[in-house]
Amino acid sequence: MQHAIQQIVDGFAAGSIYGALALALVLVYRATGMINFAQGLLAVASTYIAWSVWRAGSPLIAAVVLAVAAALVLGAFTERVVIRRFEGGPPHTAVVATIALLILINGLTGSIWGYVSQPFPSLFPSGTVTVGGVVLAIPSLATTGVLIVVVVLLQLLFLRTRLGLALRAVADNADSSALSGLNVGRLLMVGWALAAALGALAGVLIAPKVYLDPTMMDTILVYALAAAVLGGLDSPLGAVVAAWIIGVTENLAGTYIPYVRDDLKIGVPLVAMFVILLTRPQGLFGRRKAARV
Amino acid sequence: MSPDATNILELVDVRAGYGRAEVLHGVSLTVREGGVTALLGANGAGKTSTLRAISGMVSATGRIALDGKQILGSRPDQVARLGVAHVPQGRGTLEQLSVRENLLVGGYRRRDRRAVAVQIDEYFDLFPALGSRATAAAGNLSGGEQQMLAVCRALMSRPRLLLLDEPSLGLAPRMAEEVFNTIGRLQRETKLSMLVVEQTAALALALADTAAVMETGRIALRGSAAELADRDEVRRAYLGD
Repeated sequence: MQHAIQQIVDGFAAGSIYGALALALVLVYRATGMINFAQGLLAVASTYIAWSVWRAGSPLIAAVVLAVAAALVLGAFTERVVIRRFEGGPPHTAVVATIALLILINGLTGSIWGYVSQPFPSLFPSGTVTVGGVVLAIPSLATTGVLIVVVVLLQLLFLRTRLGLALRAVADNADSSALSGLNVGRLLMVGWALAAALGALAGVLIAPKVYLDPTMMDTILVYALAAAVLGGLDSPLGAVVAAWIIGVTENLAGTYIPYVRDDLKIGVPLVAMFVILLTRPQGLFGRRKAARV
Repeated sequence: MSPDATNILELVDVRAGYGRAEVLHGVSLTVREGGVTALLGANGAGKTSTLRAISGMVSATGRIALDGKQILGSRPDQVARLGVAHVPQGRGTLEQLSVRENLLVGGYRRRDRRAVAVQIDEYFDLFPALGSRATAAAGNLSGGEQQMLAVCRALMSRPRLLLLDEPSLGLAPRMAEEVFNTIGRLQRETKLSMLVVEQTAALALALADTAAVMETGRIALRGSAAELADRDEVRRAYLGD
């Protein structure tokens, strides 16, 4: 039992990392109606920035804050310089452009920082706490805690602020929002910037576990996509809950189903995506698009 | 026509199109300060494109002047901030947002938040169908309710000029009449300048003081609303005589 609870807590921690990247995907999807396949690589680039700053002697927390700030700029820049040229055109073109970006950023990070995996320090102390006889790893608890704080902040942003209202309006109907005087281009840029910042957070949370290299987020992107699809692409809360479900399921399956183990764990999100797309395409929390004339 | 100081909106030889296909072939049109101009015509005559050109939703050439100042070339959000509110065809409802949020978006550019809240409450009193569902998703309202919401949302910006695109579209005749009655009442109370595009000519002519008829991207007829309502060709083509 003790072992199972630890597996579940670790599952929540892993799920929190998928969730952070899934939130980034959802933000972009809500704003522009497309999947940004370069989201993971933007996160990698931001994490490298944190790593460089930290290696230069800065305290880790300062490096992370700086990387998140750099990610805001990177995301805004990507929207302004690349994606905006495809807005209003066929959505598939823009998606292909994000795949091109993925390849480009992969090459850029590789040529700047190299392809050798680098150890990345954890933001959290590596100790354990004992709760009711169960030993829990502090990093796992802290990672989950960070994501909960992020979700609460995002919900507050979307539901309680003027900026959030404007972001939701543009996601709902950009043309119509412009007629009310909303600067759609700038709001999309803000959406992409926020998404990149979330990605940066996911990057610095996962890097201590998997080591930092340009392909670090590739697998995580699969999990995040699965979580976003499972939760409903337009639902931030759904994405996070789904990410936790995936993280916990994957961990339990890897531990207790002999055939799965570590090698086949990646199958869990794929199967989840497959089933959900067949049975409930709008996701667990997503809204079915209803049209009324 | 010489530029008239009392015209809030003036279009001179406006041409616009989508890609290479030109759909407006030189449209000239005015709306008087405090007046209502009806823009009539068949499907595809270019009425909606005219409104879209004014709002900057399609690029155009010629002259589009608000208070004598050229606004052609501005983005839709910039035109909106100059005091032009546009209720697009299909109403532009923000479907996933609540009724109240739709109105808040309408007043987004205003700084007097308290007055915004007061105005929303006024509309909720005036239109109980909206008030009783303030927190419901706007996409769930009926067509007529969404049309009233769209008009109220446009008015939330305190516009100087309201562009209405086929407010009767998709509504039952009685509902359409009710919508027009309400718009007429609001117009008389506030003396708001309006440009109304409408296929149901009788409704629009009752509201307007001046009118123009469009045919294939040009203004074919213009005059006072009363004059046009008496013209045989208008009666036959648009009034069902």
